[in-house]
Amino acid sequence: MSSPAIDNIQVKAPDDDLRAPLTKKELAADHPTWCPGCGDFSVLALYYKLIEKQKLAHENFVSISGIGCSSRFPYFVQAHGVHFIHGRSLPLATGISLSRPDLHVFVFGGDGDIFSIGGNHITHAARKNIRMTLVVMDNNVYGLTKKQTSPTSPLGFKSKTDNWGSVDRPINPVKQVLAAGATFIARTTSTNPMHLLQVMEAAMQHDGFSIIECLSECVEFFPGAFDAANPRKGGAFQTVPADHDVTDEVAAYKLADAPFPGYFGIFYQVNRPTKNASEAKINANAREKFKGLKDWQILKKSFERLS
Amino acid sequence: MSETTALTPPSGGRQISKISEVVIRIAGNSQDGIQAIGGFLARLAGRSEQEVMTFMTIPSTIAGGPSIFQVRMSSGTVESPGDEADLLVAFYQHSYDEHMNSLKKGGIVLFDSDHVVPKPELEKDYHHVSVPISSLTIEAIGGAGREKGKNIFVLGLIAKIFDLNVEKLTGLIRQRFGGKDASVLETALTAFHSGHNFSIEKLIQTFEFFESQRKTGGQVVMNGNEAIAYGLVAAGVRFGSAYPITPWSEVMELLRHELPKYGGTFVQCEDEISAICMALGAGYAGRVAVTGSSGPGISLKMEALGWGVMAEVPLVVIDVQRGGPSTGLPTQVEQSDLNLAVYGSHGDAPRIVLAPTDVEDAFYTAAEAVELARKYNVPVFVLSDQAIGTRIEAFPTPDFEKVCKDISPDLTPVPTHKPYDLSAPDGISCHKAPGTRIMDGRYPVVGGLEHDEYGHPSSSAKLHTSMSAKRRRKIQAFAHSLPKPKIHGPTEGNILLVGWGSTKGPIQEAVDMARAAGEAISSLHMRYLFPQPEGLEEIFAGFKHIFVLELNDEGLNGYGQLAGLLRARYCDSRIVGINKTEGLTFKVKEILNRVHAKAGELSAK
Repeated sequence: MSSPAIDNIQVKAPDDDLRAPLTKKELAADHPTWCPGCGDFSVLALYYKLIEKQKLAHENFVSISGIGCSSRFPYFVQAHGVHFIHGRSLPLATGISLSRPDLHVFVFGGDGDIFSIGGNHITHAARKNIRMTLVVMDNNVYGLTKKQTSPTSPLGFKSKTDNWGSVDRPINPVKQVLAAGATFIARTTSTNPMHLLQVMEAAMQHDGFSIIECLSECVEFFPGAFDAANPRKGGAFQTVPADHDVTDEVAAYKLADAPFPGYFGIFYQVNRPTKNASEAKINANAREKFKGLKDWQILKKSFERLS
Repeated sequence: MSETTALTPPSGGRQISKISEVVIRIAGNSQDGIQAIGGFLARLAGRSEQEVMTFMTIPSTIAGGPSIFQVRMSSGTVESPGDEADLLVAFYQHSYDEHMNSLKKGGIVLFDSDHVVPKPELEKDYHHVSVPISSLTIEAIGGAGREKGKNIFVLGLIAKIFDLNVEKLTGLIRQRFGGKDASVLETALTAFHSGHNFSIEKLIQTFEFFESQRKTGGQVVMNGNEAIAYGLVAAGVRFGSAYPITPWSEVMELLRHELPKYGGTFVQCEDEISAICMALGAGYAGRVAVTGSSGPGISLKMEALGWGVMAEVPLVVIDVQRGGPSTGLPTQVEQSDLNLAVYGSHGDAPRIVLAPTDVEDAFYTAAEAVELARKYNVPVFVLSDQAIGTRIEAFPTPDFEKVCKDISPDLTPVPTHKPYDLSAPDGISCHKAPGTRIMDGRYPVVGGLEHDEYGHPSSSAKLHTSMSAKRRRKIQAFAHSLPKPKIHGPTEGNILLVGWGSTKGPIQEAVDMARAAGEAISSLHMRYLFPQPEGLEEIFAGFKHIFVLELNDEGLNGYGQLAGLLRARYCDSRIVGINKTEGLTFKVKEILNRVHAKAGELSAK
C-alpha cells in the first residue's frame, strides 16, 4: 500500500542488502525497570526474537506505549519508540500507521492503560481496523501505582482500593474487542514463550488491527494470579480447540466465555478492509482528477471556485 | 451609504445615487437561506474588486430560529462589518422588531408585507418599502417549495436597488445550483429575475457604486474557517484529526474533503483526546499535523498538548473560540481561551500562540503556525474565533507557488542523533522521524518522562533544570526573532488601544474616526500572543493611557486575559482593560464610547 503523501520518501543506506538480522545485542537498550520475575521480561525477550526472525531493520518498525509498568517497554528496545501519555497509545499509533505505511507499528500496554483509561480508543481503533499490532500485558492489577483494582481484576480481588475485595465485574478483553470489531484476536501467556512468539508472528502478519491479550504475572502485587494457566504451577494451558473456526464470531465469543484460565491461541481472524486501505482508495480517487498537477496548482484550482 | 452624491427626499421619485459603500442587514430565520444571499453578495463584491466583510449570527438550535446576515460592500477599504445598516431586509415581524434599531436613521427597511406590520412611529424616521416577498415568490416559482426561494427573490431585489451586475450574479447562481437537478437552477434563476424585475424603483431611489479604487490581480472570497483550512494545506499539512464541535467543524469538514486531493488524510476521531493524540502521532511520524476544536474540546486536549511540549513533537492546534466556560455560547464569539492556550496543561509547558486578525491573515497565520511548529518542534496554537471563522472577506489571490510548501519527512540516514541535544543552539534540537536509520545504532525514544539527550528517562535534578531551560530557550529565541509590532497611528499620543485577533478591524476604524475628530489615539494589534514580541514597553511609553480591548471578562482584578499577560510582564498599572462579553464583536462607536468613558473615569481619579 502506498500513500502519495510519502511518495517522495527515499531511504538510502549503503549496506542495505548486506545487513544481518538484528539480534538482542543490537535491540536491547535500558535495563528493564521491572521487578525480578515479572512476566513482562518474557514479552520483551520474545519481541527481540520476533524482530530477529522477521528480519526487521531499525527503520521498519516503531514501538509505542502509554503509561504503566508494561508501558516502559519502548525504553528497553533500541529502536524508534514513543512513550506516550496514559491510555492514549492507540490514537497516537493510529496517526503513525495512517501516515506511514512503510512502518510496522507495535503497541504495548497494560490492562489499565488499554481497557480503563484508554477504553474508548480500543473500541475505535478496532472498529476502524487500523493496521497495527497491540500486545496487552494483562496482570489484572495496577502495578506501577502499587496495587489498585484494575478493569480485569477478578471479583473478590483484595487491593488497596478494594480492601474487602473487588465488587466490580471485570472486563473480558476478548469479548470486548470482538464486539468492537477487531479483525485478529489472540490470547497467550508470558509463561509459554513458544506460544507467545507464534501468536506475535501471526498478529504481525495480519493485515489489520491485531490484538494479543498476554497474561503477564505481577509477582509483587498479584502473585500467582495465572498459576491456573501454568502447567509448571499445577495449572493447565488449554489451547483453542483445533476445530474452532476463527472466522466464526459467535464461536469465538463462546470460547471467550470459558471460565478462567480459559483458552489460549487465535480466537478470531478475518480479513476486512483496513482504514489504511480505505483511505488510500479515497486518495487515489481524489487524485485521479488532479493527475500531473503540482500541489500549488491543485490549490489554485480550488481558489478559482472561490473568486 | 457614505459619499452619496445625489441626495433626494424619499418622496422624490426615481433617482440614482452614487455610493461608495453600503451595509445591508438581512434578518429572517436560519432556514430561509439568508446566509446564501450574503454569500452571493460577498462573492460578487470580491469579483468586482470591491472590499467586503460579512457578519452573521446563527441560533444554536438544530434547525430554525432567528438569524441575521450582514454584508458591507465598499469601493474603498472595509475594516468591519459596519455598526449600522443602510438597508434592512426584514422577513418576519420579529426580524423587524429586533433589528430596526440597527438601521441608520433615514435608512431603508425592505419588509415582507405578508409577514410584517410596520410600526407607525418608526415610519417617519425610516424609509419603509413594502413588498409581498412571500406571495410574489410563490407566484413566480409556484407554491411547491412553500416559501423556499424567497432568499433568491430578495437577492434580485437587492441587485435592482444597487444596480448590481446581473450577469455576474446569475453566473454565481449557476455555479452554485448548476450541479443539481436542472429544475433547481431554473427555479433559482426565475426567483432571481422576478425579484430583479419587480418595479421597486417606483418606491425608492436606487444606487450605483463608484468604481472600486482597488486594482488588484484578482481576489478570493471566503470565510475565516476556509482560510485556515487552505492555509494549512498550502503549508504542507497532510494529516489532521478532530472531533466535531461548533464553530470549528467547518474547518475539519473542508480538510476532510480537500486533503485526499493532496494525498493526505483527515480522520474524524472518537473524541477530542484521541484527535490531538493522533495528530501528535502523525507529527512524530515526520510531518506536522493539525488538530483543532473550540473551547470545550481544547480543554480536553491539554494533557496531550503538554506531552507535545515535553517530547518536542511539532503540532498545530486550531481553536475557533466561542463563548465559555463549559458549553457556554456555542455559536457566539468570545476571546476567552487565551489563558488556556498560553497556560493550559500541567507543569511548565512553553508553547507558541498566534492569533489571526482577519480572514486573509487566517490563511497566512495557519501557514506560519506550521512553519513554526516545524522549526521549533513545539505545539503551536492558532486562536481564531467564531467571528473570523464565519465572516466572509475578499482578499488578494495568494502567490500559490510561493505559499505552497513541501514538508515531506526527510528519512535520510544520519550518523548519530540526539533528539534532546542540550548543545543545540538556542535549545532548538531536531526531530528524526521513525524510519530514519541512525548509523551508530542509538535510537531515540520520544516521551513524556523527563529524559536525557537520547530521550531515556532521568529524574536527575541537573537534567530537569537544563531540559526545562531548553524547552524555554527555544521559545525565547523565537521571541527575539519577532519584528517590533507596528502601530496604527503615531507612536505617541494620549491613548493606545491594544487588541488581538478578530477585533482588529473595528479597533482600527475607531482609531481612524477618533483621529479624524482630532484625538491623539493609536492602536497596536497583536498577532503573536505567546511569546510576545520585544519592545512593547517602548511603545507603551509613548502614551498616557493603555487600554486593552478584549472580548472576555474583566476578571477578578479588572482586566482581561491579554491585559493580564501584559501586566505580568511589564508591571505597568496603566494597562487597563476594556472588556465585552455579549457574544458579539465590538462595534466602532461602542469602542469610542467605552474608550472615552474609561479615559474620563481615569482622569477623574
